[in-house]
Amino acid sequence: MKKLLLTTAIAFAGTAALAQDVVRLGTEGAYPPYNFLDDNGEVAGFERVLGDELCARANLTCEWVTNDWDSIIPNLVSSNYDVIMAGMSITDERDEVIDFTQNYVPPAASAYAALSEEADLEGGVVAAQVNTIQAAHVAASGATLLEFATPDETVAAVRNGEADAVFADKDFLVPIVDEDAAMSFVGDDVPLGGGLGAGVRESDGELRETLDAAIQSMKDDGSLNELILEWFGEDALVFE
Amino acid sequence: MFAFCADPDTLETARWFACYLTTGKHMVFYSSFGTVLLLLAITAPTALAFGFLGAMAARGPAPLSWIGKTYIAIVRGIPDIAFFLFFVIALDQGFEWIRHQILCPDWEQPIRQGNDFVVCSAAKLPLSSSPQWVHEVYGFLIAVLTFAIVFGAFAANVLYGAMRAVPQAQIETAQAYGMTPRQTFWRILVPQMWVYALSGLGNLWMVLIKATPLLFLLGVEDIVYWARELGGAKTPRFTDYPHGDWRLWYFLFLLVFYLAFTKISEAALERLMARLTHGQAFGARATS
Repeated sequence: MKKLLLTTAIAFAGTAALAQDVVRLGTEGAYPPYNFLDDNGEVAGFERVLGDELCARANLTCEWVTNDWDSIIPNLVSSNYDVIMAGMSITDERDEVIDFTQNYVPPAASAYAALSEEADLEGGVVAAQVNTIQAAHVAASGATLLEFATPDETVAAVRNGEADAVFADKDFLVPIVDEDAAMSFVGDDVPLGGGLGAGVRESDGELRETLDAAIQSMKDDGSLNELILEWFGEDALVFE
Repeated sequence: MFAFCADPDTLETARWFACYLTTGKHMVFYSSFGTVLLLLAITAPTALAFGFLGAMAARGPAPLSWIGKTYIAIVRGIPDIAFFLFFVIALDQGFEWIRHQILCPDWEQPIRQGNDFVVCSAAKLPLSSSPQWVHEVYGFLIAVLTFAIVFGAFAANVLYGAMRAVPQAQIETAQAYGMTPRQTFWRILVPQMWVYALSGLGNLWMVLIKATPLLFLLGVEDIVYWARELGGAKTPRFTDYPHGDWRLWYFLFLLVFYLAFTKISEAALERLMARLTHGQAFGARATS
């Protein structure tokens, strides 16, 4: 009986070691070009390519899962997945709850897009996604903040006149403004946050270091900059 | 799907739509209807069982009836959405905590480290090494359980009322024939109470059908999630099938689906009612 128990314990230890090797990456899947679902319903985008490359460099087996933006941090800390790569800016508030790797996209500008040049950015209605640094910025700017659960809805709100302007990461807005003749950027770009980083649990220091090293190696050999230029265009900010 | 879909930009409307509506993403959308129907098919009987137990407990002797009544009162009193957000995390962590105690007795670190909930990897549910479908099935089962607990409380209240609505004379007659309380309950009370319960349960069923979008809160991608995702404006850079904001059309489709489903349910409930009242002096009951 004792022997049986011991064997089971060893078997479990064995699976535990294996289990460690699968890292689940959580993303939103609704924020192109960072992450979105392609025509086959698979996670795609800049972060998909980057995440797969990081896992390859760190010898991790990775799996992508999608999660609602609103509950993306609670589900990380309760261990439903291990990493967040969802265009998440590194901020002090988030850093209190989870840990971030070093940034994999440099602190990029956020921008306002609107249907008319005269959109009132200080006193009007500005749409932003809930729980983002952009939403916090709009709330502080004096404009009326209109929050939406998904990035797509913030743009739709401007198109149907519900909001005067949308405030979001410029990299997200560029393809939208390019495609839609009626939409244009208004006002000045606003630099916000400390760049995008991958979020991990505070107790998961080892994983954070592994990913950090992988990001560093991509920065060192220039492949991260190439990837940024490929996805965000020639004018995108790159690492020095 | 079709051979001519290789270059969607060049297609005329009908063919473009044939391709568009058969992309992998749309297939997931169609299969999510199956997910919703499956959820209803499993949840309804489970919730009814919860309700039956709840009602039986509420009618029982003192300590048992407190449990039954507390269950009914708490679940009915708390907003669904709060319950759903709480349960998906609390149930999941509860299961993992129990497994952790059994599987990893010599684990030294605390389970709660600040905000983090960390159990040994053998206790993870499902194991992080298991394939994605296991995670999805697990999420689905958590959803079923949560729905069953919530709707079970409402069903318990309906059944509790229905049991009391069965005419006292029926019970007394049963006793006069020398039936035990157990026999009275199963042979006289239960068969007759369904009639009184049915309209209340029918309402619950309708509410349950409409509550399925709460699934996405539990991480299950349901039809409303996919309608929103597919209907959102798509720029040509990220898809072969760019289009504007089509959420209106997708939601219109959902509206038709829900209306049709409600209509079918109503017809089914009506037939069930006719069957249950068969031979019973219900509705046109004389006062003799």
